[in-house]
Amino acid sequence: MTDESSSSTLRRHALKHVLKLALFGAVAVGLSAGQAFAASTNVAVAANFTEAAKEIAAAFQKKTGHEAVLSFGSSGQFFTQINQDAPFQVFLSADSARPQKLEESPLGVKGSRFTYAVGKLVLWSKSPGVVKGEETLKEAKFAKLSICNPTAAPYGAAAVETMQALKLDAELKPKLVEGANITQAYQFVQTGNAEVGFVALSQVINDKDGSRWMVPQTLYKPITQDAVLLKKGEANVAAKAFIDFLKGPEARAIIEKYGYEPGKVS
Amino acid sequence: MHNLPPDIWQPVWLTIELAAITTIILLIVGTPIAWWLSRSRAAWKEGVAAVVAMPLVLPPTVLGFYLLVLMGPDGPGGALASLWGGRTLAFTFGGLVFGSVIYSMPFVVQPIRNAFDAIGDRPLEVAATLRASPLKAFWTVAVPLARPGFLAGAVLGFAHTVGEFGIVLMIGGNIPGSTKVLSVAIYDYVETSQWREANILAGGMAAFAFVVILTMMMLEKRTARIRG
Repeated sequence: MTDESSSSTLRRHALKHVLKLALFGAVAVGLSAGQAFAASTNVAVAANFTEAAKEIAAAFQKKTGHEAVLSFGSSGQFFTQINQDAPFQVFLSADSARPQKLEESPLGVKGSRFTYAVGKLVLWSKSPGVVKGEETLKEAKFAKLSICNPTAAPYGAAAVETMQALKLDAELKPKLVEGANITQAYQFVQTGNAEVGFVALSQVINDKDGSRWMVPQTLYKPITQDAVLLKKGEANVAAKAFIDFLKGPEARAIIEKYGYEPGKVS
Repeated sequence: MHNLPPDIWQPVWLTIELAAITTIILLIVGTPIAWWLSRSRAAWKEGVAAVVAMPLVLPPTVLGFYLLVLMGPDGPGGALASLWGGRTLAFTFGGLVFGSVIYSMPFVVQPIRNAFDAIGDRPLEVAATLRASPLKAFWTVAVPLARPGFLAGAVLGFAHTVGEFGIVLMIGGNIPGSTKVLSVAIYDYVETSQWREANILAGGMAAFAFVVILTMMMLEKRTARIRG
């Protein structure tokens, strides 16, 4: 009797242990599967797209569980770094020329390039009433006009095109100050060191003070901002998912909110 | 050397000019500071020494950021600039000189202070008993004895101004002939994939750094001999 009962409690114990182990195992397998599913990808983002990219990355993580680790800088800088084997898997450039060059090289994935946003240029001042329209440039009642490096950053090139179209480039040249990227061009105006500056609409869209002139699209070539999947991201589910997400309606709504035109998705 | 942009050497001359002016200002401003730091018994002396040494530790972006704000129209720099009708001290050669003086200060003050410390009180006491005025004792006794310190300070101050990047990037505005210095020009060439130009300037900088360090090591050897 005592033997029988003790052996049955033993069996019950054993059963409990087995069940516990099985439960642990299931949870562990579930966890590791979840981790394998939630991957992470390194994305190089052109400085003008900083705020929009942060919001997109947050929405992306919420929806897919994947993480997009963002780096911000000028397109020229990233292009050079990617050519030197930088560990980026997706590149959101501020132009289309650099992603195209990467796509044609062994560093990019063929057929992965697409336009995610079309940028808009504004002339901006942090003081109200300073920027009225193109007459602000013609009158040139300012000491410094900030732009970003026209050879490295497309918004700088668009600013130069605008001044050329208005035939003011020679006149305004002595007043130009150059930021290494669009963030710095904006910083010069924000700190008041330059009275006016050519910046991306996305940077000042939520700025209610200050004054601005939306430069008409007839004065500069459209700033088509292309994204490309890089070879380093070809095998990464998160990288591919990020590109898909960028083309989707949620991301496009965010892109529009920040003052860009979303690209045409083929 | 054909096919090089004609203005590739302009940043080189500009940088040498900036470094030379900065070094001269620092020798004039830094010497009394170093002397005071070496001789004063004030309790807050080390506080001042710490402030002077701070650029050694601070990232240049911190200095650049504060300078950008201080030089702007809402800061003291803007008030100063309004004296000659300007709005800001940023984007000017003068602004770069100001930023460089702050940035390179510890590299000049520290070696001079060390040299003054090494002399000790004795030679100056002797000079005083021989009726030399404190000023005369300073010029005829302390300065000659501290010569290796002045040399080291000048070389280091010059070299660090040449190598400065973060501050000039943040307050310069990349204006050719005025604020586009060597380090910024190299950054530009790298960003626009002009590697040959970048290589020429960067290679020159590397050679320059080697010569500076070699000079410093030889100076140090000589100082050690003098002291020994």
